[in-house]
Amino acid sequence: MSTWWAVLAAGLACYALKLAGLSVPHQVLERPTVRAVADRLPVALLAGLVAVQVLGGDQDLVLDARAAGLGAAIVLLLLRAPFLVVVVGAALTAALLRL
Amino acid sequence: MSEPALSPDERGPIVRDSLGVGIATGLYGTSFGAVSVASGLDVAQTCVLSLLMFTGASQFALVGVLGAGGSAVSAALTAALLGTRNTLYGLRLAPLLAWRGARRLGAAHLVIDESTAMAVTRGSTAAARTGFIWTGGSVFVLWNLFTLLGAIGGTVLGDPRTYGLDAAVGAAFLALLWPRLREPGGLPLALAAAAVALLVVPLAPAGVPVLAAGGTALLVGLLARDRSRPGATA
Repeated sequence: MSTWWAVLAAGLACYALKLAGLSVPHQVLERPTVRAVADRLPVALLAGLVAVQVLGGDQDLVLDARAAGLGAAIVLLLLRAPFLVVVVGAALTAALLRL
Repeated sequence: MSEPALSPDERGPIVRDSLGVGIATGLYGTSFGAVSVASGLDVAQTCVLSLLMFTGASQFALVGVLGAGGSAVSAALTAALLGTRNTLYGLRLAPLLAWRGARRLGAAHLVIDESTAMAVTRGSTAAARTGFIWTGGSVFVLWNLFTLLGAIGGTVLGDPRTYGLDAAVGAAFLALLWPRLREPGGLPLALAAAAVALLVVPLAPAGVPVLAAGGTALLVGLLARDRSRPGATA
């Protein structure tokens, strides 16, 4: 049930944020402070998600096949591989290590 | 609305490019669908996410935090915080698309990375609208279709770890982050945020470390405020 709650609440919030950008007068959101923080938010959140997703365990840090998968992803990204190839490459690497 | 209509010669390439982006982006809805059911959501919840939220990074974040055992609140908060970049996109798109009323309400749902990228470079409202609608529309249709296929596929496959799907989530986040790392200050900020998240992992429940990483942006943004770049629009 709480999953549904998260899905619906976050979904509506994301729509409201999109609509706000198209509707709210510029001066409200174009203040330098708001902009300076908002520009950096995706980078910081995505970096945090990468770290936790790859090294996070049950309230501790774990080094396992996921790290090898991330290594493969980095190589593929450096080679300018498309998104789907990067994701599948990381999954394959981890899966093969677990055989 | 006295915009001159686009000639077929102008319109054709925009539509073609937009559909190309739509297909490439829509396809990776498969990975979202599979990752989402691997994280413990059911097929219906997965599909509602793609229909209602319709912004990839936030969707991956929500299922990532829930899958790691985080609370509904921290999952929703992380997804919403990532969604704030769409607000910035909207700010740039508003004068260009110049839509009001019901059209604006509908267009808002399609404000995502790809539709913005395919609209903001255009020289006229008609061209911007064409790029925006064709990209946003084709991504929406295909993203939802492939989410469903990925979710069904993921359900049939069984234990996601066997196929390395848990490793796929980190790779997806990294791929979304990658282009931003080349921006000034991008890499140091990312490394700092990742370090903060890892430091918080043993100290707090799942979901909180990612929010703490977001706090890094707040700190760095406030510190950088006085040195804000003149005339920066990108």
